[in-house]
Amino acid sequence: MARIAGVDLPRNKHARIGLTYIYGIGPTTAMKILQSVEVEPSKKIGELSDEEVNRIRLLIQNDYKVEGAARSEVQLNIKRLMDIGCYRGLRHRRGLPVRGQRTRTNSRTRKGRRKTVAGKKKAGKK
Amino acid sequence: MARSLKKGPYVDANLIKKVEALNNQNQKRVVKTWARASTIAPDFVGHTFAVHNGQKFIPVYVTENMVGHKLGEFSPTRNFRGHSGDKKK
Repeated sequence: MARIAGVDLPRNKHARIGLTYIYGIGPTTAMKILQSVEVEPSKKIGELSDEEVNRIRLLIQNDYKVEGAARSEVQLNIKRLMDIGCYRGLRHRRGLPVRGQRTRTNSRTRKGRRKTVAGKKKAGKK
Repeated sequence: MARSLKKGPYVDANLIKKVEALNNQNQKRVVKTWARASTIAPDFVGHTFAVHNGQKFIPVYVTENMVGHKLGEFSPTRNFRGHSGDKKK
């Protein structure tokens, strides 16, 4: 079983898909990696030789920010926004959408479960 | 949509003139401005700007981290105080 950056890769998927199971590696990065270590992208993870897996592992270790490091980078970016007190930081603090989406309806991903508000009527006739 | 790189960042011409004058005299003074859309240039670090939010001027002290953001980002135009009848947590 191929284990890269602390993540078990699914053995029955193509290498180019399997690599995206690592946090910080998407479809584009996966293709780039496979190209630079000269591994067939459509080869199944389980069919990779140990030597090929090692080449991939080394490349990721040296050139890419993945898993913990990538996650903490994102958190640091958010923290920076919150610390300088800019609009985006304020939205992060409040747990509201950051990029100008509507909040009258929807935005449930950011706001969490609906909290029912008493006396709120539907818009329409007076 | 992002601004074209060809043009470079938008920094309000009057504002940068004022800040340069202050830098040359080694002075620090609150600069009143309406130029919310102006990018914060590296020269601005350490100065305080009074950025208009449509009603009043909000003092913004510029630190290094803020370079590249716009002045308006630090001067909120809406002030949500909560809905009527909201219980305090």
